Amino acid sequence: MSSTSNLRADLAAIAEMIPAGARVLDVGCGDGALLEYLVRTKKVDGRGIELSQQNVNACVAHGLAVVQGDADSDLGEYPDQVFDFVILSQTIQATEKPSQVLEHMLRIGRQAVVSLPNFGHWRVRLALLFGGRMPRTRALGYSWYDTPNIHLCTIADFVDLVRGNGAVIDRALALKGDHVAGDVRPDSWGPNFAAQGAIFLLRKS
Amino acid sequence: MTETANPRFLRPLSAPGADAGKAVNFGPDKPLMLDCGRTLSPFSIAYMTYGTLNAAKSNAILICHALTGDQFVASEHPVTGKPGWWTMMVGPGRPIDTDRFFVICANVIGSCMGSTGPAEIDPATGKPYALDFPLVTIRDMVRAQSMLLDALGIETLLAVIGGSMGGMQALQWAASYPKRVRAVMPIACAARHSAQNIAFHEVGRQAIMADPDWKGGDYQSHGTRPSKGLAVARMAAHITYLSEMALQRKFGRNLQNREALSFQFTPDFQIESYLHHQGATFVDRFDANSYLYITRAMDYFDLAEDYAGHLADAFRDSPNRFCIISFTSDWLFPTAENKRIAHALNAVAAKVSFVEIKTDKGHDSFLLDEPEMFDTVRGFLNAVASADGLA
Repeated sequence: MSSTSNLRADLAAIAEMIPAGARVLDVGCGDGALLEYLVRTKKVDGRGIELSQQNVNACVAHGLAVVQGDADSDLGEYPDQVFDFVILSQTIQATEKPSQVLEHMLRIGRQAVVSLPNFGHWRVRLALLFGGRMPRTRALGYSWYDTPNIHLCTIADFVDLVRGNGAVIDRALALKGDHVAGDVRPDSWGPNFAAQGAIFLLRKS
Repeated sequence: MTETANPRFLRPLSAPGADAGKAVNFGPDKPLMLDCGRTLSPFSIAYMTYGTLNAAKSNAILICHALTGDQFVASEHPVTGKPGWWTMMVGPGRPIDTDRFFVICANVIGSCMGSTGPAEIDPATGKPYALDFPLVTIRDMVRAQSMLLDALGIETLLAVIGGSMGGMQALQWAASYPKRVRAVMPIACAARHSAQNIAFHEVGRQAIMADPDWKGGDYQSHGTRPSKGLAVARMAAHITYLSEMALQRKFGRNLQNREALSFQFTPDFQIESYLHHQGATFVDRFDANSYLYITRAMDYFDLAEDYAGHLADAFRDSPNRFCIISFTSDWLFPTAENKRIAHALNAVAAKVSFVEIKTDKGHDSFLLDEPEMFDTVRGFLNAVASADGLA
């Protein structure tokens, strides 16, 4: 993988935020697509944590430094400020304690990158309003009883959590369908209504 | 310091044509300082190499063997005539590719395959050391290996790799000589020997010492060998290398060469004759006192102990890349112990990978055909080599 064109759009947008040579921890790195791109192309000093042992083994076989672990229980081991960036991509809604995970990310890294699905998207709102059932969308395709997404939130909710944690939003990008719609103002109501997801670049204030 | 071809082996060679490797003999000017406070001098380290050292001397990989292993990692064993113990892992085109890497494997100090151990003649007395041989530790083994590298003119290793006790040595390398090694790969091991593992070792030692032919350790002078005790030690240990599931799958309650129970104490079950065979072949190649010494070295291993109980401090500011592998059915060095190492490495933000491989083959999995382990080793070494600018 050498160009961002092979990366999923949201991962490519995250990759663009990371400068070459940075120290990066990718929490919930999945099959390692983003990490591999960052290591190969941007020469970052990259590590990963991944819940699925199968994914971990595949990552390590590709030469990535990945350990099996859990964002909820294993971030506490890392010392303060050892990474330039800690990335959490499409995972925060599946953690048990999102606030604590965010706190650890901002403690371990100088900056944190968080991407998440937006439960405030109009399709979700309409699905609940008119369908009367827990919404199932393309981004959130699970039934309520088998979803790993136990802490869904809207963009506005997440912005509140970030500020409640004493952190600053340096950038916010809206995700629409398969593409990145660009920078948005995190406080405006527009993205919270129109974006299917968002990517935040955060740091401790 | 001299180098000799064909180290001296205690047992007759059943494959005299096999490459017996070399030994470096360290004279009185190069004593081995031991953790117990004594020094060992003179002493020899027997070793094998595979592949070619490149001009920059940057492609050397040290493989550390386990308790009863030896330096014949990838070639026919001159004493037993059996293939190397890790031929699926090490060789041309294998995960540890001898077409790319220069592989060194040395017999540990205290063992009996050409490196100095209790069966060697003590130059001070002219008699075998037997129990006068000093107790050695994992750190002593590693110290001797670093002296071997000095003798070979190799300053830095690309990697240190080992399973079980070999993994302990790899960890000790990371702690003792972090700047002499780039990557460290402990497989199926632990940063300390557990109470249960010490217990099994003590059973083995007591079996040896209870054998009347052991003669207080001085069996060589008496012309005897505590073969029965050593065989029992091996049988008990061998059980710990397997898993309940694998034993059941391979042997079940199957009878050996008979239709019905014999109502005697001769081996009725396949598992019994399998263990007997393991014991019998072991005593043909291994020295009983070496078994006592090396099991003790493993018992004494507790890497955190050297750092006031903080394992992470053993790896503080480590420049090394680590890759840890465990196996789901290994109850001797279970995943939890391997994970403890990974956690300690995380705590100092070391560059660590940790892979757990699903298998029912127990601790011995690291010696067996485990494709996921091979993929992991290959991928990790590729990453290490390319980060180091090696083709």
